[in-house]
Amino acid sequence: MIEVKDIHKSFGDAHVLKGISATFEAGKTSLIIGQSGSGKTVFIKSLLGLHTPEEGDICYDGKNYRNMSIDERRDLRKEIGMVFQGSALFDSSTVEENVMFPLKMFTNQSKTEMLERVNFVLNRVDLVDANKKYPAELSGGMQKRVAIARAIVMNPKYLFCDEPNSGLDPRTAILIDNLIQEITDEYNIITVINTHDMNSVMEIGEKIIFLQHGIKEWEGTNNDIFRTDNKAVTDFVYSSNLFKKVRQAYLMDDDK
Amino acid sequence: MNYLEHIGKYFMMLGQVFKRPQKGKIFRDSLARELDDLGNKSLGISAFIAFFVGGVVAIQTALNVDSAWIPKYLIGFATKRSIILEFAPTFVSIILAGKVGSFITSSIGTMRVTEQIDALEVMGINSLNYLVLPKVITTVFFYPFIVSIAIFLGIFGGWLAGELTGLFSTVDYIDGIQLEFKPFFYFYAMIKTMVFAFVIATVPAYHGYYVKGGSLEVGRSSTRAVVWTSVVIIVLNYFLTQMLLG
Repeated sequence: MIEVKDIHKSFGDAHVLKGISATFEAGKTSLIIGQSGSGKTVFIKSLLGLHTPEEGDICYDGKNYRNMSIDERRDLRKEIGMVFQGSALFDSSTVEENVMFPLKMFTNQSKTEMLERVNFVLNRVDLVDANKKYPAELSGGMQKRVAIARAIVMNPKYLFCDEPNSGLDPRTAILIDNLIQEITDEYNIITVINTHDMNSVMEIGEKIIFLQHGIKEWEGTNNDIFRTDNKAVTDFVYSSNLFKKVRQAYLMDDDK
Repeated sequence: MNYLEHIGKYFMMLGQVFKRPQKGKIFRDSLARELDDLGNKSLGISAFIAFFVGGVVAIQTALNVDSAWIPKYLIGFATKRSIILEFAPTFVSIILAGKVGSFITSSIGTMRVTEQIDALEVMGINSLNYLVLPKVITTVFFYPFIVSIAIFLGIFGGWLAGELTGLFSTVDYIDGIQLEFKPFFYFYAMIKTMVFAFVIATVPAYHGYYVKGGSLEVGRSSTRAVVWTSVVIIVLNYFLTQMLLG
């Protein structure tokens, strides 16, 4: 379990996170939503230790990140998989080299064993015959799949995704969402996704945290989000006519 | 950020760079790649410039000492001294600061803005050690070799210029380069080269690693890195000369 207790983070005069608390459980897909500039990326980067909050604690399975030594932090990070917004693939390495990199760095497996594992995870993300291609030769959706494959190749306990659907067509976005949820269920991972995508919220939001101006404004599930009266949430989630209609239809069905 | 903060941050960066590599094989692979990128690919331009500058130094010296009272062997002597003491270690290092420095800043800077460095950190990898240490080792141990070749080609270029222009004879030139040969001068050149090589690897790495923004900032940072690397080399050259020869 990841427990976040009252974290604050500022950059100069900008107070970006203002006392956020949350818990994230294994086998559950948790979504962080909010407008641009609401602090989502800073929040997720704080969970990863890429930003250090000035106040508050982040505990991984009861161990406070703040009290960990540099080596303990590096050991913890070996259990973390991260899918970055822009995929962050090593552009001078092939798909195979990208996915194999954590294995080469942290295991003593033979080349054959590593290749077997790489092929397994690439198959798992439905990416075949791309081993020798470079990231620049792949579409955005394929790059995201490679990033997911690289993130899960070490069997992580924690999976973080920063806007995994950004820049993808709706069909590919749904495929990526389903893939992340399947992997979360299959390996009992703690998955935290930072997203703007309302389809993801409706489809895979087992737990949703809504941030506004650096504050946790609301928390619930994808079913709760249809019923909530919280104005900030409804203004954000149901800002399009399509989603307003979806909500009305859901509530009418619910009444029946 | 003021200069003192930058200097402090630079030395803190070095603290992370000089740690034991996490995996020997990966480190050796990186070293081989850097040897090709920063070493082999710098040989050609250094050799080309050394050869022609050696020729120019010899011609300039010959034209400026054109007097019956000054022996012709001084042309070879002056060419040799200028090339060993200053031209090869300092001039070649400034050229490499431009060529290699901009490459280091832009490659590390691009990794920063495309979150590849964050990806390394999230995996639990010491990104500074992984990215910068192989560059430091390659430049510090390979550039003395490049500068040695530059010394040889510079002196050779001087001789060829004399042959082609007829400003001095081969015998005078060889007498000059053999006159008062002090092996310490060669070691002095190598010490300077190794110090400059360290600067060439670390100052641009600092500018690339801490870049913020997008591709435009990476470009600006590369320019800044080349300027600062050159400035640091020139200032260190002054102090090293005073310390080692003064």
